[in-house]
Amino acid sequence: MLKKDQYTCRDMRLFQFSVCPITRDDTSELILYSGAMNASLSPTLSAVYAFNRTNELKRPLFGCSVSAGFPSPADDYIEGRLDLNELMVANPGATFFVRVAGDSMLGVGIHHNDILVVDRSLDPISGKVVIAVVNGELTVKRLVKNGESVCLKAENPDYPDIHLAEGITCEIWGVVAYVVHAL
Amino acid sequence: MSALFALLDCNNFYVSCERVFNPELEGQPVVVLSNNDGCIIARSNEAKVLGLRMGEPYFRAKSLINRNRVRVFSSNYALYGDMSRRVMEEVGRLEPEVEVYSIDEAFIRLPAAKEEVLRITGGNIRASVRQHTGIPVSIGFGPTKTLAKIANRMAKKQPEHGGVFIILPESDIDSILKGVEAGEVWGIGSRSSRKLADCGIFTAYDLSRADETWVRKHLSITGLRTMHELQGISCFSLDEVPPPKHSIACSRSFGVLVTELQEMHEATASYVSRAAEKLRAQQLKAGCLTLYLTTNRFRTDQPQYANSRTITLPCPTADTAELIAQSMRCLKELFRSGYAYQKVGVVLCDLIPEHIHHQANLFIAPRRNRDNLHQALDRINHRWGRDTLQYGSAGLVKPWHHKQAMKSPSYTTNWHELPIVQAS
Repeated sequence: MLKKDQYTCRDMRLFQFSVCPITRDDTSELILYSGAMNASLSPTLSAVYAFNRTNELKRPLFGCSVSAGFPSPADDYIEGRLDLNELMVANPGATFFVRVAGDSMLGVGIHHNDILVVDRSLDPISGKVVIAVVNGELTVKRLVKNGESVCLKAENPDYPDIHLAEGITCEIWGVVAYVVHAL
Repeated sequence: MSALFALLDCNNFYVSCERVFNPELEGQPVVVLSNNDGCIIARSNEAKVLGLRMGEPYFRAKSLINRNRVRVFSSNYALYGDMSRRVMEEVGRLEPEVEVYSIDEAFIRLPAAKEEVLRITGGNIRASVRQHTGIPVSIGFGPTKTLAKIANRMAKKQPEHGGVFIILPESDIDSILKGVEAGEVWGIGSRSSRKLADCGIFTAYDLSRADETWVRKHLSITGLRTMHELQGISCFSLDEVPPPKHSIACSRSFGVLVTELQEMHEATASYVSRAAEKLRAQQLKAGCLTLYLTTNRFRTDQPQYANSRTITLPCPTADTAELIAQSMRCLKELFRSGYAYQKVGVVLCDLIPEHIHHQANLFIAPRRNRDNLHQALDRINHRWGRDTLQYGSAGLVKPWHHKQAMKSPSYTTNWHELPIVQAS
């Protein structure tokens, strides 16, 4: 991999390079200008790109070879594969998976043993299904804020809601973004 | 343009990781033990107040721990490693110039700014890391890395600063340094600090005012740089790309003391296999191998023995079988019967990239190239889990395997150990 200050050229006598300054965000690219170069000696070298390992770009595999046979009519329309992570994990660093124990949230389709995708970067606004810390335990409830009063609602008539008295704070651990349920 | 440094440090990191997934630990004394449950390597503030010390052997602290109902955990590196990655990712999202310094520390370089601005920047980073990962952090700003480290310590020790402490070139640096012991300065070890104390240098302030020639002579060039850094002259820059590794080590204490050569054989082969796997993962090969073994130095009632042996390999290699064979030679020389061993370790050094071809040796028959074999081995173990396929010499039963009696689940890295949320 090329680094901006470690570039070496095997035969520096042929070229005179000036390395242009690189902005902070763009360290992976290195542009070299060939100055006072003998055109008969060498082709003009306009740019050298360093390998950038930060962005992984997956390319679809094309379905047919180039020379033989009739090309697949779909080749021009290939758009890549679908990745569930892309759909369900907006912020990988802040996303955690948790497993549900109990059926107090059946009303919103959260069953016992389901996996929840929890995104801690989302704001816990009223109406969201959240993971709250209740008596030192992680608990899944719907957060309902009504003026000053805060309620952690169960989505199953068999279970009581938890009304938080004024002034009592409750830690919201994260906001549930998706449910993974096996049928 | 002048720049500033910040050091971000996760508060009681291992304990904080346990607390994220086990909120009832909040406010309780918690300690985390080293591999094999040997000694204390992380303490919550409540545990510090009880007088539990860093590095204290578990068996010695046990009565204090039981009396105070301290919660004890075996170290869970799968969890700590994953949480560290998340914290560093979040810091990297907020700041472009970051050097990950250790599992729980990162240096940040920022353009110089006013104190109010830095206080807001620091507060934002703290709040964001806390919200996204659940890990509390402290941040210290300073004109140099060494001063940023000192600022971080102040942020931790004095809660009234709200987790952010700022040292600027115009701050009263001298009075801050007078409150810091010389041995606590970044890069000054305890041995150097004794040497310094003999010469009347007790605080960081004394060190910043010491005689340059003397420091150069007794603490080497690095010591001199540290001295300049304390004066506010930046000498250590930000290493955004981690330097290539100089050595790869693998060692662990045994779960039970080992007396038999056969078991030492197995443990050695097992650690060598792991080290070779790390070596291949980084596309390196090793030119040199060190093996060491030691008895339990805390068991003063038993005979003590510790020794090590370093050999140059005939040809640099990342071949597990070859490395095992060489380590067995070392072990044979080192092993003395009649001792109860606690630990054996292997260090591979003199590392070079695997594609560099070594001059063939005229007197040694070239080894069969087993690159494909090891590629297959690594791929199988990666896919199906560690030690799915291993060399027979590493043993099957592994009675010496280390203890992790009180390990928390791998909450974030194993589908079968996810945190449980109550819906009842």
